[in-house]
Amino acid sequence: MVMMNEDPATLIPELALLAGAVLAVLVGAWTPRRRQGRVRVLALVAVGVGLIGTITAATKPPSTTFDTYVLDTTTHAVRAIVLVSVALILWWSRDAVAAHPRESEFTALVLLGGLGAVLMAGAADLLLLFAAFLLASVPLYALAGWAKSGATTEAALKYYLSGAFAGVTMLAGTTLLYGAAGTTGYDTLPEGLATGAAGPAAVGLVAVLAGLAFKAGAVPAHFWVPDVTDGTPPPVAAVLTTIPKIGALAAMWRLLLDVPEDIVPWPLLIAVIAAVSMSLGNLAAFSQSSVLRLLAYSTVSQVGYVLIIIAVGARTPEAQPALLFYLAAYALTNIGAFAAVAAHPARTVDEFRGLGRRRPLLAIALVVSLLGLVGTPPTAVFVGKLTAFTAAFDGGMAWLAVLAAVNTVASLFYYLRWIAPLFRDESPEPADESSESRTARHGAVTAATLSLVLGVAAGLILPLFAAS
Amino acid sequence: MLSIVVFLPAVVALALAALPDTSTPRRYTVPWVVTGLVQLVLVAVMWLQLPPSGYGFVEQVAWIPSAGISYHLGVDGLSLPLVAMTVVVFTAAAIYSLREHQRPKSYVLLFLALQTVSVGVFVALDLILFFLFFDLSIVFMYFVIAGWGQGSRARSAALTFFLYTFLGSLALLLGFILIYLAATPHTFDIPALAAQNPLTAGGPVAGAALLAIGMGLAVKTPLVPFHTWLPPAHTEAPAAGSAVLAGVLLKMGTYGFVRIAMPLLPASWRQFAGVVVVLGVVSVIYGALVALAQTDLKRMIAYTSVNHMGYVLLGVGAAGLVAETDAQARQLATTGAVTQMVSHGLITGALFLLAGALHERGRTYDMGAYGGLAARTPRFAGLFAVAAFASLGLPGFSGFIAEFQIFTGALGATPVATAIAVVGILLTAGLFLVALSRMLLGGLRYPDAPGTPRPFPDLRARELAAIVPLLLLATLIGLVPRTLLDTIDPASRVLNELVAR
Repeated sequence: MVMMNEDPATLIPELALLAGAVLAVLVGAWTPRRRQGRVRVLALVAVGVGLIGTITAATKPPSTTFDTYVLDTTTHAVRAIVLVSVALILWWSRDAVAAHPRESEFTALVLLGGLGAVLMAGAADLLLLFAAFLLASVPLYALAGWAKSGATTEAALKYYLSGAFAGVTMLAGTTLLYGAAGTTGYDTLPEGLATGAAGPAAVGLVAVLAGLAFKAGAVPAHFWVPDVTDGTPPPVAAVLTTIPKIGALAAMWRLLLDVPEDIVPWPLLIAVIAAVSMSLGNLAAFSQSSVLRLLAYSTVSQVGYVLIIIAVGARTPEAQPALLFYLAAYALTNIGAFAAVAAHPARTVDEFRGLGRRRPLLAIALVVSLLGLVGTPPTAVFVGKLTAFTAAFDGGMAWLAVLAAVNTVASLFYYLRWIAPLFRDESPEPADESSESRTARHGAVTAATLSLVLGVAAGLILPLFAAS
Repeated sequence: MLSIVVFLPAVVALALAALPDTSTPRRYTVPWVVTGLVQLVLVAVMWLQLPPSGYGFVEQVAWIPSAGISYHLGVDGLSLPLVAMTVVVFTAAAIYSLREHQRPKSYVLLFLALQTVSVGVFVALDLILFFLFFDLSIVFMYFVIAGWGQGSRARSAALTFFLYTFLGSLALLLGFILIYLAATPHTFDIPALAAQNPLTAGGPVAGAALLAIGMGLAVKTPLVPFHTWLPPAHTEAPAAGSAVLAGVLLKMGTYGFVRIAMPLLPASWRQFAGVVVVLGVVSVIYGALVALAQTDLKRMIAYTSVNHMGYVLLGVGAAGLVAETDAQARQLATTGAVTQMVSHGLITGALFLLAGALHERGRTYDMGAYGGLAARTPRFAGLFAVAAFASLGLPGFSGFIAEFQIFTGALGATPVATAIAVVGILLTAGLFLVALSRMLLGGLRYPDAPGTPRPFPDLRARELAAIVPLLLLATLIGLVPRTLLDTIDPASRVLNELVAR
């Protein structure tokens, strides 16, 4: 490597997240508990700096920095999606975390988790990918246990144990791939795999994918999703089901595009995972009466739809804009749905009865988010699903598109099972105003509005994501 | 021009939303009436300048080009009469609601929004745009029924309405996506798809698309057995809401058949035209029979809507059956079907407004509670009789023109089905005559709170101004149908050529 690009200025968004997290811990330690709000302001400033850095970087041609980190449309898009998600969650979770003994830790852990997700998306080296995986995991294990109640401890332990198992598998896979290809860099991986042994390479790839599937919450590594979502407070659940998924799916995309199909037939493998994820997620969501578990299974099925795009990633140029758009749409919509849950003390479908009368705006935001997850026009996920179906169809996997359509129709029923009570008559017991969260309500409305705006403005956004 | 017609009510609604909340209804209802009248003038201008063939007043702006979605509007002879009918029915509803006292601001805002999306459905030339307008009409109508419904069951009726029609609309969307995927390049543009005809050969994909689209439209139309949402929704909705629901929203279903299902899936349409005919005839007979058994006036009118929409389906189905053989019959059947949509919108709008006026006076729709109204309220009785005769298809009214054309067109194609459908006319005649004699003739009888006789006045000027123009138009179409038919004919010829491909 003669032309080494090692300019730290190319990593402003990542550095901003890191600095924000470090400052959050330091400032938080020296700030009285009642004034911890300034930590959040600081974190939001860091996110703002990161966003500006992303936009500036996005205007430059794609490049590689520090040999192992790619700066292209995918990285820029994931940076933007993660930063916006982090900002939204930090903002609307204010009521839930304000004056909490570990308020600044929450902020720092969310920022670090976001950093890990971004690094996973940009990593072009298996070792960096694993480091990013750890960075996206360890802070989030702590975050899962952040509330320190009975259920969260169990959730954190479950998340940690399955995460540790996935991490070991992934490390073993990395070793095998290194053994087979003689390299860990993505740019030299295709040649290395072409000459190396195919068997270990396939096993290694599957093992690495298993780690990423754990982060993404795809079947069969999805067992932590419902328990962790149900056991943690909604803001934490929103982080865990949104931010690492984005990073892991983008990382999967980047890695697989560098693996020749004729050595390891990964499209079929991903297609099967996609099919099983969306079907199992939907089937399990049917019988849920807890809204958090319902949302948890819905995120599993959403990952399935994204995996469809990855399965045809190498076969059609439509895949990249479809993937990035779907990730953005999913992040906004999912955050909106979790914010709506956080805004209200109700945790079962029945307890949401009569919300339409008491809190019409919140109810509408929730309806927009849920119908958004179904994929009703003009929400963003509709365009995401449409582009995903198109990519699958044009990529020669029409059966996946058909299965996805069937699943979408089926998913409608459990979302409607939640929507219908909102507009039924008021529940007999009076609402407890004190346990509602105003910021979460605003967050739900904002996220739902943004998902609509993204859907309507898809004509402007999609071409941006299509650039290489 | 077309965008102005579509979005004028929405702009007025935004302006009205800025006004402070007051209980004086006129501050909101008068601008609503004026909006309707302005829209009517614009539609009249468009009618005069409509090009003899193809789409007029086309507007196309790229929206999501990479997904083949554009903002594409245009009118032709199939849509313009329906746009005109929509605006007329909405204006009548506005005049009727001039004194709406219950939360007048939100009421008018909702109806104005509904007016925008209703016109939008009929002029949209992009499947996604069509779907958006179609879905929003469901949302707004849900709030009209839930917020201004008359019974305590209004919310549950509204929810039933929403769930049924929303699920139907998603089936529709699925069908659209199938057509979209089959086309190369992928597009949602209706004229482009009609020209490209990606599913020429028919086959399972085209059949599945037709099934999905057909189910979605059948729920909205509604066809038996997807009609169960209709009677409760109508019973609970306010009078103006019922008039709009039956007059305009049901037409979105049947319009979808002529605008989307027939030209975009011609092969499958011809293949399954027999099924459509059977569904239409079943709706005709079932709607008429169930209407005959009703004692509730509004439910009865609601079921006659099922009956009348059945004729439309008979017409378009028959056109599919003889698409390749008999140009004259298919022409008669489709023109008749479109005429029936316009005619039914006007007449049913009038009937529901009359039922609303009756409810305002007697507080019940039970036909048994009324008797001898002809002597007490001659204007109501006269108009109700005219509306009833128009609805049962008496010569001289628009319904006759429409149904006559449908029957002549369909007779050659499916003599048995047509003969059965004619029985439906006899049934509706019977049920309207029974209703007339029960309510208008005999000894004077109307519901009365014990001890406090309630006044039972005749129709007021406001109600007359809302109902008379609707019936007048229906009569006018019945007496001089040429203006309307000359507009529809070229467009239905184009449609039939597309189906016959």
